[in-house]
Amino acid sequence: MAGCNPPGHRTPKSQGEWELKDNDVILRMTDITKSFGGVNALTDVSLSVNRGQVHGIVGENGAGKSTLMNVLSGVWPHGSFEGTIEFDGKTADYRSINDSERDGIVIIHQELALSPHLSIAENIFLGNERASHGIIDWNETNEDARVLLERVGLMEAPTTPIIQLGVGKQQLVEIAKAFSKEVKLLILDEPTAALNDEDSAHLLGLISGLRDHGITCIIISHKLAEIRAISDTITVLRDGKTVETFSMKDKDNSESRMIRSMVGRSLDNLYPPRTPKIGDEVLRVENWNVYHPVDTQRKVVDDASFTVRAGEIVGMAGLMGAGRTELAMSLFGRRYGTKISGRVFKNGDEVSTRTVNDAIDNGIAYITEDRKRFGLNLIGTVAANISGAGLSSLSKWGVIDLHDEAAEAERLRTALNIKTDTVVKLVGKLSGGNQQKVLLAKWLHTLPDVLLLDEPTRGVDVGAKYEIYGLINELAGEGKAMVVISSELSELLGICDRIYTISEGRITGQRDRKDATQENLMELMTLGGK
Amino acid sequence: MAEMVKKANVLGRVRGGGVNVRDYGLLGALVVIVMFFQFMTHGKLLYSGNVNNLIMQNAYVVILAVGMVMVIIAGHIDLSVGSLVAMIGAIVALAIKDWGMPWPLAIVIALLAGALVGIWQGFWVAYVGIPAFIVTLAGMLLFRGLAIIFLTGGTIGGLPEGFVAVGARWMPAWLGHFADGRDVLTILIGLIAIAGMVVAQMRARGKLKARGLPRTPLALFIFKNAAIGAIIFYFAYLLSGYRGTPYILIVLSVLVVAYTFVLNRTVFGRHIYAMGGNRFAAVMSGVKTKKVDFYIFVNIGVLAALAGIVSTARAAGAVSSAGTFYELDAIAAVFIGGAAVQGGVGRISGTVTGALIMGVLNQGLSIMGVDSAWQQVIKGLVLLLAVAFDVTNRRRAGDR
Repeated sequence: MAGCNPPGHRTPKSQGEWELKDNDVILRMTDITKSFGGVNALTDVSLSVNRGQVHGIVGENGAGKSTLMNVLSGVWPHGSFEGTIEFDGKTADYRSINDSERDGIVIIHQELALSPHLSIAENIFLGNERASHGIIDWNETNEDARVLLERVGLMEAPTTPIIQLGVGKQQLVEIAKAFSKEVKLLILDEPTAALNDEDSAHLLGLISGLRDHGITCIIISHKLAEIRAISDTITVLRDGKTVETFSMKDKDNSESRMIRSMVGRSLDNLYPPRTPKIGDEVLRVENWNVYHPVDTQRKVVDDASFTVRAGEIVGMAGLMGAGRTELAMSLFGRRYGTKISGRVFKNGDEVSTRTVNDAIDNGIAYITEDRKRFGLNLIGTVAANISGAGLSSLSKWGVIDLHDEAAEAERLRTALNIKTDTVVKLVGKLSGGNQQKVLLAKWLHTLPDVLLLDEPTRGVDVGAKYEIYGLINELAGEGKAMVVISSELSELLGICDRIYTISEGRITGQRDRKDATQENLMELMTLGGK
Repeated sequence: MAEMVKKANVLGRVRGGGVNVRDYGLLGALVVIVMFFQFMTHGKLLYSGNVNNLIMQNAYVVILAVGMVMVIIAGHIDLSVGSLVAMIGAIVALAIKDWGMPWPLAIVIALLAGALVGIWQGFWVAYVGIPAFIVTLAGMLLFRGLAIIFLTGGTIGGLPEGFVAVGARWMPAWLGHFADGRDVLTILIGLIAIAGMVVAQMRARGKLKARGLPRTPLALFIFKNAAIGAIIFYFAYLLSGYRGTPYILIVLSVLVVAYTFVLNRTVFGRHIYAMGGNRFAAVMSGVKTKKVDFYIFVNIGVLAALAGIVSTARAAGAVSSAGTFYELDAIAAVFIGGAAVQGGVGRISGTVTGALIMGVLNQGLSIMGVDSAWQQVIKGLVLLLAVAFDVTNRRRAGDR
């Protein structure tokens, strides 16, 4: 079988503090230093990974995890960094990804790289076609793909186009593709970031199963619980340096130890404290109905009604596909769906949210879950992004006052603690957490009364999460009406005053913070339709 | 203190619309190319007459490229402008010769026709959602065909002197000549341009001071103004030695200043960059993307009409084959000028420099007597290398 090496077939090397039967090192990176324009992204990082193990790497955004993996896979060619890499007993001096793939190192990136209109089988064997003399053997292609799909537990026909699959299934196709290439070391960068709980569980189960095939796995994730659940060994990076590596067999292998190492301090509480000061009703939505934009017979939001009061943080809990984002985006300038009906009231008066500008004028802001697609212009500057949704307040007769713009961007940069040396830096060069803050700043600049925050901490590290919760609290403290949509129930329970549950487009219930538990929310979230 | 310096940097770059290394690199490339041909042609490149021809021959590229860069920043393309130049040429010539209109009225009619074409193409791109490549490819055929139909295959010549002046004449020597025969007015215009620039820069500096914001160091400020002033003066000096200031130079200067302002300072310009950078995000920020798309095409329609008027005036007649490959000249200038194929990036200053690079290449190679077939080969390679240089440079900078 591809990449199936019996564990421990080479001379075992001493690994020191913890005991392993097969402490055979497959990868040893020693004193890696990589700098960009004089700034060290990695400083003397060492990493050794044992054959057949799952090795977790955790660290805040910007800690150097991705850079380290890019060094390993040859994205940054040999010679562009200092230090040595030894893989499978040989010195590895990769000049490109092709070199590392030839040795059996495969990276699956956060952003999946599949061709949407090609079939599963075509994608699996892309660049590695089952062909003779340039003529593809379709029977072999599809049959081999079927075997690989079985191995990753994906029940789809190999001829299905990728575009018809959800993100979770696409992830599995990527892994099947890796299996087709004699993989020895599989690197997964945030594999579950975009997956729902069910798909995550399946994927993690699959990764655990890799051990049995002798495939070594490096997994990078912000989700500490899942890292703990599947890793044998964990390495923590901070500011481009290795903080520690410990085995899950250690006595203290808790999440709090990881967090302590990652942020260099202990976060006693994941959620900043807050005393709610709740005022009058600000937003009321009545009988909101939305149909699917393509399948116009299908109701995506079904007769939803809800209210938010000043200074209140209201959660929207629901499984993926329950209609949370659809509800928010249809409310915000009807940016989703067709045949939308229902009424929106602000401070008791009915308002129009028919266009994005109507919504903005009425003090409503929608902070998207997908900042790269719907939120930010990554090749634009921080300042231009921040002012992007509210140029009217910075301009006269259609002419922008660039001084006012720079001053406003500076003000929000300071207020939100956005880490960038200048506000004319391109947003794409900032870390995920800072991009998220730029997005928030962009909408705070429009002076909203109602903020619809869709997955505000997605792809954001622990430290930045805490800061974003703090900002949400602060905004609620200023009397703004906050709606938080999140897939993480613990997050909603941590910050919300009241939580609505959505299932199959319907609001199935609401719970005050004191009455809400993961269990009773989950029950409401899984209530069937009518 | 460190904070102050940082802020100076911020505002300096926000103000100038972000003068960056690439702009200087491009300018450097232009200087190198000029020096190369100056050497190869034994100093003929910068003869007064040749500098004058450089402007008159390439006016159409600059006009079209200014419209094209906006289209390209927004993520579109316009292939129809060359054909449009021919059709507008036919219309303006017909208006003067067959319909007996005074030439200023004919120019207005031609510009309106350009706007109408822009409305037509903008409608299909913005409101029907047909890719601009297809709409303007259709336009390319359509307007060329109409140009031939309007001219019934022939040509219209003998256009009045007033009209021809727009593209091929100079401002009269109202102020007489210096002892060595140089035109006083041209030198004066050069000095006014320098004064205008210095006053504008000083006012901007004054504004910064009034707000208590940090400014660029005085020495650098003086150096920058002195350097640009010297270039403008040398240019005016060269032109004054030929026939004086071409009318078209005034038109080009106004266009460049106006469109730089539009792209850097107006909400409309900002929306174009926002759409090109991320169209979805722009929509979600309340940018009326359809409306912006529509006006971008109306704008290039009018500018293409202007280019048509200028070319027809310079040729003193309309011919249905006019403007062939003009769209490609404009697109090349925009991409040499640093615009990104994916949209979201591009500037007027770079585009004009790109147009000048192409123009100097044409001029220099012609003076050297290089065969026109080889000229095309060289220009093609320059375009490819310029963009390749840009792409690899950006990759090295880690923008990926």
